[in-house]
Amino acid sequence: MDAILLQILNGLDKGSAYALIALGLTLIFGTLGVVNFAHGALFMMGAFCAVTVSRLLSLSFETVDPTKLDFLGNPAKVKTPYVEAWFGPEAGGAIIDWAVPLSILFAIPIMIAIGFAMERGLIKHFYKRPHADQILVTFGLAIVLQEIIKLFYGANPIPTPAPDAFKGSFDFGVLLGFDPNVIIYPYWRMVYFLFATVIIGGVFSFLQFTTFGMVVRAGMADRETVGLLGIDIDKRFTAMFGLAAAVAGLAGVMYTPINSPNYHMGMDFLVLSFVVVVVGGMGSLPGAVAAGFLLGILESFASMNWVKDIIPGIDQIIIYVVAIIILLTRPRGLMGRKGVMED
Amino acid sequence: MLGLSKKDLTFLLIVAVLTLCAPFLLNPFPTDSAMAQFNAGYPDLMQRFVIFGIFAIGFNILFGLTGYLSFGHAAFLGVGSYSAVWMFKLLSMNVLPAILLSMIIAGLFSVLIGFVSLRRSGIYFSILTLAFAQMSFNLAYSVLTPITNGETGLQLTLDDPRVLGQSATPQGGIPVTSLFGIEMRATHELAVGGWTFQFNAGYYLCAIVMILAFYVALRIFRSPFGLMLRAVKSNQNRLNYTGLNPKPYTLAAFVISGVYAGLAGGLLASMDPLAGAERMQWTASGEVVLMTILGGAGTMIGPVLGAGFIKYFENIFSKINDTVLHQWFAFMPDGMEDFFVFLLHPFVGKGWHLTLGILFMLVVTFLPGGLVEGGQRIARLLRRERTDSNDRPDPEHHPRETPHVAE
Amino acid sequence: MGILEVKGVNKRFGGLQALGDVNLSVAENTVHAIIGPNGAGKSTLLNCLVGKLIPDTGSVMFDGQSVLGRTPYEINQMGISRVFQTPEIFGDLTVFENMVIPAFAKRDGAFRMHAFESVANEKDICIMAEQMLVDVNMQDKMHMHSASLSRGDKRRLEMAMCLLQEPRLLLLDEPTAGMARADTNNTIDLLKEIKQKRDITIAIIEHDMHVVFSLADRITVLAQGTPLVEDVPENIRGNPKVREAYLGEAA
Repeated sequence: MDAILLQILNGLDKGSAYALIALGLTLIFGTLGVVNFAHGALFMMGAFCAVTVSRLLSLSFETVDPTKLDFLGNPAKVKTPYVEAWFGPEAGGAIIDWAVPLSILFAIPIMIAIGFAMERGLIKHFYKRPHADQILVTFGLAIVLQEIIKLFYGANPIPTPAPDAFKGSFDFGVLLGFDPNVIIYPYWRMVYFLFATVIIGGVFSFLQFTTFGMVVRAGMADRETVGLLGIDIDKRFTAMFGLAAAVAGLAGVMYTPINSPNYHMGMDFLVLSFVVVVVGGMGSLPGAVAAGFLLGILESFASMNWVKDIIPGIDQIIIYVVAIIILLTRPRGLMGRKGVMED
Repeated sequence: MLGLSKKDLTFLLIVAVLTLCAPFLLNPFPTDSAMAQFNAGYPDLMQRFVIFGIFAIGFNILFGLTGYLSFGHAAFLGVGSYSAVWMFKLLSMNVLPAILLSMIIAGLFSVLIGFVSLRRSGIYFSILTLAFAQMSFNLAYSVLTPITNGETGLQLTLDDPRVLGQSATPQGGIPVTSLFGIEMRATHELAVGGWTFQFNAGYYLCAIVMILAFYVALRIFRSPFGLMLRAVKSNQNRLNYTGLNPKPYTLAAFVISGVYAGLAGGLLASMDPLAGAERMQWTASGEVVLMTILGGAGTMIGPVLGAGFIKYFENIFSKINDTVLHQWFAFMPDGMEDFFVFLLHPFVGKGWHLTLGILFMLVVTFLPGGLVEGGQRIARLLRRERTDSNDRPDPEHHPRETPHVAE
Repeated sequence: MGILEVKGVNKRFGGLQALGDVNLSVAENTVHAIIGPNGAGKSTLLNCLVGKLIPDTGSVMFDGQSVLGRTPYEINQMGISRVFQTPEIFGDLTVFENMVIPAFAKRDGAFRMHAFESVANEKDICIMAEQMLVDVNMQDKMHMHSASLSRGDKRRLEMAMCLLQEPRLLLLDEPTAGMARADTNNTIDLLKEIKQKRDITIAIIEHDMHVVFSLADRITVLAQGTPLVEDVPENIRGNPKVREAYLGEAA
């Protein structure tokens, strides 16, 4: 029982990331009908927004502190971040410590801008082209984006820690009456899960309760008819692309403390997210979210030792196996609509 | 002759001659000149040109003809490599049985994957193949370690049984791959003036195999079977209502391209007997897609061009570092020199992938027929200038011209 | 006993009864028209004949064999060819290549691995294809990309592709939909010519009464998924039930 609970918890954070990326993929696919292979790159760009912010915040100037000596006996040079100099060591230190959550503020406009630029500059020209062309050009774009990041940040993962307040783990087991240290869960992963829930809830209520969302949902159901009603659906779809980019970006920002970002993290997540979208059902938002969590949790169950003893290697392939089974038995995925990408 | 029309025969002969003369053609610069770094006529790179050419030719039979975009073809290449290395370990260092086995195993593997994946089409097919390839990759890294040797990759060792050969050479080394006594690494050097040309046994084996592979593909393109594959791409519905079953046709195309990939994998291992899981990764599958599209999907020569192009970039472009750039722009005033070096730096050396990505996007956007279409457009432009004739401009019905097969 | 026997076919889509107890018998070597107002179930019926849909109940026999549960290509191989409402041709291929494909299907069946022969060397096939193109007067367009043909020519090509297979039953789904009067007349002439030249049974779904009355030997009127009347054209013309089905209570 405790083991099962632990695995569910463990699956949640990865599941959240899958769900967020898959949500964006589905938004783009459902509204624009474009298969976006560069979506993983947006996730990665988000993560590097966080890296950039934490680097900017820790920009420092050097002063010579005569009271301290380095190991050669010369007066030591001390680095002081500008923020600490401006806001005092207390407040400045806190700002640096909270770099990752603060990056959200920075990442939202950046990611929306990137999303707009991508849609207006490139994707727009591919609406009428075959899906294979869309896959190919966005695949090219993904390579370009990740190479640009590699150029600026190098190939190694860059550790970007969570604020001190969220370091350490929470002992869930005690809360539920288990022995201490049985079910422990890092605070930040909990934050990530909650964050993902909020974002998902936000996107859904946005689509559900605003006029804008209503038009977009109508457009997802039947693009041509909505176009005929005299609604400039294209503009709204551009905005949708910005939203999807922001969702992917934020997923990336908050993911940095869980996994140090590197330039190819986007591709790694993309493949899985596509599988998630397919399992959930192409074009179904709830499907994408549900499948994201489902597969995240399944993956963490499959990595339990006794499961691996029964079927060796299952943890490596579980997601793909599920995808293959789903695709062959329920071609439309768990919640897919009829007629989406069936030709 | 050879079951080909006159035009195709000429075409095949040109390809054959070019391939066989590659050691000359790819070494246009004298060894000592500054441009020598652009020479591609060394065995290792030439082998890669033709091996990946084979891979892309095979991929094109599937993608170019039927339009089914597989994102998992590298799995067959990897399987081919593993099978070949196992053959070297267990049987003998002769490359022939190794290559045969790699084709057979890759073929069987592709029957299995193709049978399942082809139950869906479009993007679902792409994702199914991707899922299968990633699965193979993950398994090769983890549980299948006894067969694949995991992260280290499968290598030859001194205690391999090698039933029809020796475990170790009398000198105590690991024996090398050969074809009935001709060592694959044997290279004959020919110095003419300032030039050095290298003739490598391994390259010539690969080259002959590629010419054969090209010939087979040419026959397939011209055959009723090839026509049916193009019909699958064009209109499956009509094909069905014309009394033809698309499934065995596409499956056959899938398996043929899988066998080609296995052949390429076997050849790779024959040139350098090791196999690693990274050969199966989806980025490797993406690479063959890039080659085919860049060269021109659906055309005969396109994939070979694309493969050569990408492998050339990978090996030559990536060697251009800042020092080289500085040499190039040395004639400029200092500030300007630095500026140009700074400007070009991201695109060369380690950044060649960036150049590749940009190029690829440009090709997909503006030149869907790839390099071959580019060549055709230039040729048409030149012809028009000469004769000033009115070609049929028919933009309404032809938003996108399909590149003519084999040109 | 007709070449095509439809007995007691029912088909529901959710709450909609698309076909209710359809019985139809098409006699060999006749032109049988199926007419009816929009939504009468004509297309559903057609789809049941070619394997695209499977009826809930009932039987569809072609030449004494059931077609139910067979795939479209199997049914085609039995001798039923279908022309679509909007022409379905191989747009990426040339007109000649379009013609060659049904020729292979006729000679070699649903699948043959002829990967090493050359299309150009299959003389009998090429002659067949060329002859058919001459028959439909399209030989001058042989090497054109079929996607660049006019709509009328596409239709003609599609019909030629079907005829080349020498089907025993040709199904036409509104062959003159959206055509100008002159084209419609050409199509009628083409069909008449075909009928004269060879033994063929034609089942035609049509809106255009002009076409129906110039071609059909027998007419079945379908209304709300059920056959209303079946008779020779002369009797259909004056039948009050038909008028009612078409024109509603106004008649």
